[in-house]
This record gives sequence, C-alpha cells and structure tokens, in this order.
Amino acid sequence: MSTYKVLTGNYAVAYGVKLCKPQVIAAYPITPQTSIVEKLSEFVEKGELKAKMLRVESEHSAMAAVIGAAIAGARTFTATSSQGLLYMHEGVWMAAGARLPIVMAIVTRAIFPPWSIWTDHGDLLDQRDTGWMICMAEDNQEVIDMIIQAYKIAEDERVLLPIMVGLDAFILSHTATPIEIPDEDLVDSYLPRPGETLSYLKISFDNPLTYYNLAFPDSYMEFRYQIHEAMNRAKRVIEEADEKYHKLTGRKYGGLVDTYRCNDAEVVIVSMGASTGDTKEAADKLRDEGYKVGVLRLRFIRPFPEEKLKEILSNKKLVIVIDRAISLGKGGILYTEVASVLHKNDGRTPIIRGYLTGLGGRDITVSDIIKMVRKATSLFEKGELTHGWEWFKLRKEVVM
Amino acid sequence: MPITIKNLPKEEITLQPGHAACPGCPIGIGLRIVGKVLGKKTVIVIPACCTSIVQGPYPYSAVKVPLVNVIFAASAAVASGIAGAFEAQGIKDAHVVVWAGDGGTADIGLQALSGAAERNDNIIYICYDNEAYMNTGIQRSGSTPYKAWTTTTITGKTEFKKNMPAIIAQHRVPYVATASIGYPLDFAEKLQKASKIKGFKYIHLLAPCPVGWRFDPSLTAEMGKLAVLTGLWPLYEVEYGVFKLTGVSLSLVDKDKRVPLEKYLRLQGRFKHITDEDIKIYEEYVDQLWRALKDLHGKRIV
Repeated sequence: MSTYKVLTGNYAVAYGVKLCKPQVIAAYPITPQTSIVEKLSEFVEKGELKAKMLRVESEHSAMAAVIGAAIAGARTFTATSSQGLLYMHEGVWMAAGARLPIVMAIVTRAIFPPWSIWTDHGDLLDQRDTGWMICMAEDNQEVIDMIIQAYKIAEDERVLLPIMVGLDAFILSHTATPIEIPDEDLVDSYLPRPGETLSYLKISFDNPLTYYNLAFPDSYMEFRYQIHEAMNRAKRVIEEADEKYHKLTGRKYGGLVDTYRCNDAEVVIVSMGASTGDTKEAADKLRDEGYKVGVLRLRFIRPFPEEKLKEILSNKKLVIVIDRAISLGKGGILYTEVASVLHKNDGRTPIIRGYLTGLGGRDITVSDIIKMVRKATSLFEKGELTHGWEWFKLRKEVVM
Repeated sequence: MPITIKNLPKEEITLQPGHAACPGCPIGIGLRIVGKVLGKKTVIVIPACCTSIVQGPYPYSAVKVPLVNVIFAASAAVASGIAGAFEAQGIKDAHVVVWAGDGGTADIGLQALSGAAERNDNIIYICYDNEAYMNTGIQRSGSTPYKAWTTTTITGKTEFKKNMPAIIAQHRVPYVATASIGYPLDFAEKLQKASKIKGFKYIHLLAPCPVGWRFDPSLTAEMGKLAVLTGLWPLYEVEYGVFKLTGVSLSLVDKDKRVPLEKYLRLQGRFKHITDEDIKIYEEYVDQLWRALKDLHGKRIV
C-alpha cells in the first residue's frame, strides 16, 4: 500500500531515493539541496537505508565518488545545486563518457556572482552537452516519481547514461505538499535489482579491464557517437518507463513532454519546471477569455524531444517559450532550442516568441504569463510579431 | 618473514612487457612491485599522469588488474567510491589503490586526498613523486625541490618541496610511509604492511625521472638510493601515529654517515646551474630536517 505524507520537494527526493535502494551515496551540502542530504543521512544512520554514505569534502569529490562506486557496480545517488554542479562539471562529463547510470537531483539555483540562492535554470541547462539525460519536475509528486523512473531509464541496457532530475529551488525544494509515496514492493518490481545493471562491465578481478585510457583520433569519435545514439534510444525508454509506471501507480507524466490543452490550441506556451503549474492556470484563464491556448512542458531537455515538438507544435500559429535561463550573448536557451527544431523551409513555421524572465528567483506569476500571451497574440494578429525573444519583467530603470 | 627479491612473485601482476614507459622510468619498477605485493585483487585508480601513457593506449592495455583512469583532481575520491561500493557489496579481500603523480597528489589532487584521509576511507594511496609535471613536459609542481630547473622555472625553483607525508600524517590516518625507487624491498614491505591495515594508507614513493631530472636512464635506481643516502629523502613510517625511521635511513642520523649532497645534485642536469651557496642552503635544510627526525624517532607524533 502506498502511503501519503506532506513533504517538501527535497524530502520527496530523499524518500524516492530510499525506495530505490542505492548502495553508495556521496554528497556535499549546498543551499538549497542540503535537506536532501540531511534526510538521506538520517535514513542511513537509523538503518532505514542500507547504503554507504560518503560525506565528501566537495561536489567535485561527490561526483568522483559516485563515479567510482558506479564503476564498481553499485547503484548510486548524489545531489547538488548551482555552484556545486559547476564545480563537479568535469566529473559530470566523465560520468556520461564512462556510461555510468548515476542519478543526481539538481535543485536549480541561480549562479554566482552575485550570490543568489533562488531558482533559475542556468545551472541545469549548463549541462546540456555533457551526455547526461536532463529532466525537470513540475511538482513534488513528480519529483518522487521521477527519481524512481530515473533509475529505470538510466539503468536500461539500451541507455546506460546518467540522469539529472531537476526541481526548482524553494518553489518545490522547500514547499511541502501532500505526496503519495509508492510501496517498496512496487518499486522493487519496477526497478532492476540494485547493482544488476552493468554487471559485465563493472570492476572484476576475473575479467580485469582498463577503463578510459588514451583513445587516438581513430577511435574517440565513435565513443561520442555511441553516447548520442544511446540518447536517441533513451527517448523510447523514457516513454516506456512512464507507461510502465502508469500501470503500477496510475500516474502518467507524458514521457519527454507533458501537454495540456494542446490539441485544439492555436497558441502553445512552452515551459519547464515548477512555473508550469502557473502556466496551466494562466492557460485556463485565457481559454475563458477566448484564447485557444495550450501548454507544452519540456520534461526532458536531453534527450531533446525534437520529434514530439515537431508533431505537436508544427501546425500551431504561435509558440511562446518561457525561459528561466540565458545563454549570455545568444538568448533564451529553451527559445533557441525549440526554434532550432521548428524551422521549416515551407514558410509555415509557427511564429516563435521567447520571453526571458524569472532569473535569480524572480517570480513568474499567472498574471505574468497572461500578459505575455496577450501581448504576443495582439502583435501576432496585427502581423507585427516576429521570431525572436525579449526580456520580460526586467527592471530596466535600475540599469540605466 | 622479510620480503626478498626471491620471495616476491615472479609473475607480473600489474605492468606487462610492452608498456610505453620511457627508458629508465621508475614507474616500471614501482608499479610492478605494487602488483607483486598486493596481488590480483587490486584495483588501481590513476589520475592524469605519466602512467596514463605508460599503461598503453586504447584498445590495448599493459596492465592486468582492473585499472580506472580518472579526472585529475579526483583520484582519492574515486577510490573512496570504489571502496564504498566494495563495502556495500561485502567485498573484503580487495585492495583499492591510487597510483598518482606528485601533481595529482600535492597540487590538484590535494583536496580529494585530504578528504579521503580525514574520512579514513579504506584505500592505499601511493604518490609516485617524480618532482614535476613530467607527462606534460617537466613543469614545476608543489613537489619540485628547491633550485630544480623545470620548463616553468628555468632559473630554478625558489621554494622547497611540499612535505606531503607530514601533511597526511597530521590527518591521523593509520599508516603513512615514505619510500624510494632505490629501495624496492623497503617499498614492498611498507606496501605489505599497508595492505593489512584497514583505513587510509599513504605511501610517498620518490621516483627519479631520467627525462625530467636530466640524468642517464641507467642511473634511476642509483638516484633513488642517493636521495636517501644524502639524507634528503628520509625513509620512515608513521604507524598509528608513531614515527619510525626505516631501512638505511636508520643509520643516517649521524651526519658523517650521509653521502655529501653535492654528489646527488651534481648528477642531475636539473641542478646544473646550482651554486655553492645553494648547496649550503640545501645542507642546512637537510641538517634541520634530521635534527627534527632524530627527536621524532620512536615517538608518537599525532
């Protein structure tokens, strides 16, 4: 029987991890991730979770330690945020290059300087090229469910890649909501046995291997090719994991993307993370006003749901992309990514408008989203809306 | 029973013939001893260092035990993770060894090393110290000695080398030792001792590099001996906090028994420019070192 608890997003992570029975956990504290590590340490010290807990001296070592444990065949977990994620960045690349199915929770937080502990997606999206699968939850129920699904996806033999499960700082991480915690037996039946995956590749004294030595130009490229191919296969695996989870729990998230009122929509708002809840509410209100609005939430940014976006968005009139991260000198990151797959040469590409907002924890409210849609559609109807992105809710007066 | 050349296994456990080391490379001596003492149930973790090359390129390997190449700054942490996984899996008879150069130990790897030592993770950390970044072409490290020429200190380094074994000993780990390629059996005995202790073990192995130190490749072992006999590189161990001189260093407390430093320094091209005044500074350094060591011998230091 599943149980119900009122949990913060961070505790949802910890309870999800506990159910997945990792054998080695390594982590270093950083706001706003800390309560994940605290709760997991408590589980371990109370004997509720039989795992080796490595309370390491840095995020760089946290990633390195779970890499070592994963090469030795253990199921692993770590979590971090912002600076911690940037600090472990070379390890992040190594984990993917080494094809280790590590699961890491990322409590998204803006990057220094100046100091900010609040959410934006710059830290998570900085990892796009690393070879990790990257997903982002909308609410705390999805957080716990995604942690469990993450192991299922990462450890699938068709994939064997690490995965980040993102949740917005404070909006999810420190906000308690009622959550259904799946039963242990259910999770046991859903996941492979801990340490079972990769058994033929893990450190073995009977079959001693040399791992990751020098590859000359005649062989390096093929390693990268294989990771990319695994990413492509992961798209199917992600859908399957969601479907199987649906059968067991009754909860379904849509795999790579979550769509809301998109079928007959003329305008679709693309969003990611916790603000999607507000985006859906805004869509309902706009529908009441007569706007035919839907919402497409990017659950996964890697692998990038190119086919899904083309299928759902290609025939819309207007696509509005809300960005909570910027590639400085280029623009909204999601805007750029979405636009890159929607452009066609037949002149029938929907107009794609990006709104860049919410950096460093600035609120994205229902009324903000309504304003964006009204503004974009009004210009669109006058034929004045062009492809591109703009700042939204920027306090220009303080930078003059 | 003390280890002798005769009772070390003949079989090469780690490094096999055909590896890619330079002529006279100390890695060929040191890494083979690691295998002969620790046996086949040994995982070796290697950060970026000369051994990244010595092991041979993909899809080949000259090493016959599991070997994991890792990011430069993280070898101790990766080893902690492997040891943690072994503990979780109930594997108790395997050794997790870090085999890292001096840059990967004293410089970029120091944080991870300190963390693993402080947590007393069950690993054997061996720093093979060739006293510079040799793999990238002889650049100065925190372990490069005073006045040594490197490609980034062309007039000679102005600082003395970092005292890594002392730093690790202050972490209150169960075992710390120094060793030299010139005394392979002393190294083997220390490895054997380390292999029987649970917790964090650190061995700092001086590894004279003919290419970087500018000496004839036939003199590697000789250089390793002279470093010890001059008193510049004392052999000792710190077992559960108790300091003891070992091997030939036991007889070097008396200054007159030590080989003059000049003999060691003048054999190496990297000290070609060294002045008599520099040698005096070196002699004072060694004298001061031994005044301290004499008092430490047999005593608890942490």
